[in-house]
Order: sequence, then C-alpha cells, then structure tokens
Amino acid sequence: MDPSFIIAQLISGLTMATLLFLVASGLTLIFGVGNVFNFAHGSFYMLGAYLAYQTVSSWHTNFWVATFAAALGAGILGMMAEFLFLRRIYGRSEEGGFQILLTYSFILVIDDLVKLVWGTEYKSLLRPAGFSGSVHVGGLTIPTYNLAIIAIGLIVVVLAWLILSRTRPGRIARATAIDREMMNAMGVNVPFTMTLVFGIATALGGFAGALAAPLRSVTPGAGIEVIIDSLIVVVIGGMGNFWGAWLGALILGEVNAFAVALVPEWASVFSYLVMVLTLIFKPEGLFAARGVRKV
Amino acid sequence: MADTGRYKDLTFWVLLLLIFGLLPLVKTSSYQLMLANHILIWGMFALAFNMLFGVTGMLSFGQALYYGLGAYSVGMMVKYLGQSWFLPGIGLGLLLAALLSVLVGLLIIRVSGVFFTVLTLAFGQLAWQITFRWYHFTGGDDGIQGIIPPGILSDRTVYYYFTFAVVVMSIWFMRRLARSPLGLTLRCIRQNPERVHFLGRSVRLNQLGIYMISSILSALAGSLMAGVDYSIHTNMLYWTTSGEVILMSVLGGIGQSFGPFIGAAVIIIIEDVVGARTEYWSLIIGIIMMVMVILFPRGLVGEFRALRSRLRSLTVQKRG
Repeated sequence: MDPSFIIAQLISGLTMATLLFLVASGLTLIFGVGNVFNFAHGSFYMLGAYLAYQTVSSWHTNFWVATFAAALGAGILGMMAEFLFLRRIYGRSEEGGFQILLTYSFILVIDDLVKLVWGTEYKSLLRPAGFSGSVHVGGLTIPTYNLAIIAIGLIVVVLAWLILSRTRPGRIARATAIDREMMNAMGVNVPFTMTLVFGIATALGGFAGALAAPLRSVTPGAGIEVIIDSLIVVVIGGMGNFWGAWLGALILGEVNAFAVALVPEWASVFSYLVMVLTLIFKPEGLFAARGVRKV
Repeated sequence: MADTGRYKDLTFWVLLLLIFGLLPLVKTSSYQLMLANHILIWGMFALAFNMLFGVTGMLSFGQALYYGLGAYSVGMMVKYLGQSWFLPGIGLGLLLAALLSVLVGLLIIRVSGVFFTVLTLAFGQLAWQITFRWYHFTGGDDGIQGIIPPGILSDRTVYYYFTFAVVVMSIWFMRRLARSPLGLTLRCIRQNPERVHFLGRSVRLNQLGIYMISSILSALAGSLMAGVDYSIHTNMLYWTTSGEVILMSVLGGIGQSFGPFIGAAVIIIIEDVVGARTEYWSLIIGIIMMVMVILFPRGLVGEFRALRSRLRSLTVQKRG
C-alpha cells in the first residue's frame, strides 16, 4: 500500500465520519437531554436530503440555501412529530419500549410519504458551485466538497460544544437532562424545551442528509441504514456523550473507508465487527457509562 | 391483568382447536388453507416474541434473525442434500438457533433498554447482510425455491395438520412456561430487575434463558414456514420481518396471554384483503402502529377485556 492511497482513504473516511457524527449527534442530543430515543432519526436525515433536492429543483436556489432549508424543514417536522405524537406517551410506564414502537411507526409512515411525494427513483443533487472540483496535493486528488464537509463538521462540533457548555440555553438543556422536575419548578418551560431540543436534533439529521445528498444518491428507505450506522456510532462512543459520538463516528468512518477500498463486497460487515468488538471489551461504550445495567 | 385465569385460556383453546382443527374439513380452497397456515405460524412467532417483550420486557428488534435461520436451515438442507432432509433441517435450525442465541445473547444482555433493542437490530441486519452477500452459498437475493416437504407431508392438508400440531404444542409449552416459577421471575424482571437481584435470582441468566427459548421457537416458526410457501427469501431475515412480528404483538396486546396470536391473525387477514403488500403497505401498518401505541396501548385483547369489565361493573351498579 502506498502512502497516497492511505491518505486518500483517510480523507474519505473522515468525510463519512463527519456525516455520521452530524446524524449521531442529533440522536445523542435528544437522548441525552430528553431521554427520548428517536428510532426515526434516520428518516429525518432522508427527509433532509429530499427537501434539499426539492428546494434546488423547484426554486433553483444556491446549494447552501437548500441545505439550510432542509435543516429548517426537518427541524419543523421533528417538532411537529414531538408535539403531536411523542408528547402523549411521556411518563407512561415502560415508556422506553413505547418510544421505540412509536418512532418505528414514524419510519414506516415517513418512508411511504416520501415515496408518495417523490416517487421511488433515485434523485441526485449536484455539488455546490465552487466545490465540484478537487485539489491536487502531491500525487493525490482530493475532492474539495469532501474538505468542505469536514470543515463544516468541525465548525458544528465546536459550535455545539460552545452552546452546550457556555450559554444559558445550553445550561438549561444540560440541567433538563439531569432533573426535569426541578427545572419545571425553577420556571423553565420543560415541555417547550423538549420540543425545541427534538427539533434541533432532527434539524441536525436533516442537515446531514442534505450535505450527504451530492455524495450518495437519495432514495426512500435510506433512513434505516443511516439509523443503524449512527446507532453503531453511539454504541461505540457511549450514548448521550458528545465526544463519544465524535470518536465513534471517526472509528466507524475510517474502518468503513478502508473496508470499502480493500474488500468492497464485505465492507458493510466491518461496521458490525467494530460494534461486536466494542461490546465484548467495553459494553458501556468507549466514553459514557450511561445505559449500562447495574444488576 | 396480564395473565388471567385458566378459564379465559380455555375459551381461546376451544376456539383455536375448533376453528383451525376443523378448517380443512369444511370446504376450503388451498389458498385459504395456506392463509390459515400462515396465521398459525405467525401467531406462534408472535407469541414467542411476546415471551420476550410482553413477559420479560426485552424489546428485541431482531427476531427475524432466528426466523430466517430456521427457514434457511431447512432450505439449505433440502437444496444441498435432498428432500428427505427436510425434517432433519428443522432439527438443525433449532440447534443452530439455540447455539447462536446463547452467543448473541451473552453479548447483548450486557446492556439494557434501548441499547438492547438496537443491538438485536444490528445483529439481525448483520445476518441479513451475510445471507444477502454470500450468493454462492445461500443463493442471495434469489432465495431458495422448491422446498417441498417429503413423503406424506407433501400433501397440503397433512402438512397443515403437522404444523397445527407443532404450533399447538408450542403454544401449550409457552403457556406452561408463563405460569411456571420461571415465568413469574420473568414478569418480576420486567417490573423491577433490581428487586429480582436482591431476591438472589440472576437477572441475566433468566433473560438469557428466555431469549434462547424465544429464539428457538422463532426458528421453529421459520422452518415450518419454508414448507408452507415451498420457498424462502432473504426478506425473512430483514428487519421489516422483526417489525411485523412486533406490530402483530402490539396490535393484539403486549403481555395479553393470547393477544399476539389474535394480532397475527388480524394483520394477515388485513394483508390479504388490502392485496398483500400494496404499494403503501408500510403506511398502513405505520398508522396502525401509531394508533395502537398512542390510543390503545393494551392492544385489541387488552382493550376488549377492559371494556367488558367496565360494562360489567356498570350493570352491577344499575342493579344496585
């Protein structure tokens, strides 16, 4: 293996890791803050991709505007889903199971609604102007769009960390995660906070979907594959842990990139292999200890 | 509430034996017989799932793994060794399911709640990936056709009674299990695992045990299905199969003794009426699931029982 091959794979893995992180961070955010597990998170990713496609094709907007619209649209739809449906099952006994069942029904419904609106054929989105080429460094060519995704990912990581740890809304979110009732008593509108956080989480998913659309073609049913990948990420990293999700995404992205290059047919099996190894040696994930049983 | 007395069980048993036992004797087309056979097998699959989720509180999204394992054990034996290996194939499926469920179970019962669900899904999808990609061995997306049971079992009616007998015995076994001390421990695990631990019982060991039993029965359902349809497909391992069995249980009533069986019957009949797998089938089942979870979490059987007891108390009040 020559070094340029390795570097090329590293960068492609980093691109995938960034997208995975964007999706997984939304999943882990709403789980960490609201203790809500959104099984349909991947469907919002898919919706984001379709919304971006629609915005570009019907209004001929700039790609970045479409990405923003996709995030906004996925966020609003997510808030609606939380407000209309999920909210009704909070506090029920054995809520966790019902959350999975209800959000599973979202997957089914969203999948078919997408088919109704956009049909089953592949949709593709062009790379944004200025990012369609690639840069040549030494002997290797790197698509500029991949670099853009990596940069955006870094910005989002830093921004999200700053908001969560340094601002008042971030403090409220973290406090809600620890004690909902106390926050209610302190005069924080907890139900509204939950809806808002859910919306931010699905917006992150939709944003990732829109960013990924020029790299992978957009199809209905993409939701489930994305959710399994991002679940593997949070299993590796530890659920509800921001940095864990980042590390998990990085590991999975790189493993995948090299597997695709070396053993393309069996590439998808490798993600599971990483997960199984994590489970054997560190079942609580590499970072957080949440979710690990005491008994 | 979750487990009412023997008397109510009896009603179900009489209905089950009468309806499904006499069905071939009245005039039925071979298509209707196949439909009844599907209901029996899916009903058993759903009841096996209910042992996990309804009784023990372990929501597995990966029972398709064992269902498919059972089906492929039979299919591959028939494909490579011949028709007479149909029954040994069923045995092999049960054995493999037992082994695999212990291996996978040991890994995944280390986490609980949502994580457990996610991991069952991941392992199920892994098995699907392998079956799908390993074209030379499994036939990949083509599946396996022409799996015809040997000897007298090749007769549709005989095979129907064969599955009927197996299903009835399995259901009886599951009912016995639910009433046994193990069943009691499992219900305690659902409600309060820590207390079970305090009482000196191993939560994990019991969970592993029921995961294994449920998986073996799922494999049995899968292998029986191979002989009904004469063919198997990778879709049997796909996550939507797990989703379907969950839907049946939720519709019928999670933890309601025979609810999942009734849920299976209703879903299969709807599927048949709507024209199996219409273009928007997942929209239909998605809406059913949503309505059940939000409005009727006790399922058809649970809500029916609640309604009846409310009516009864009303009439008692009227009489004074």
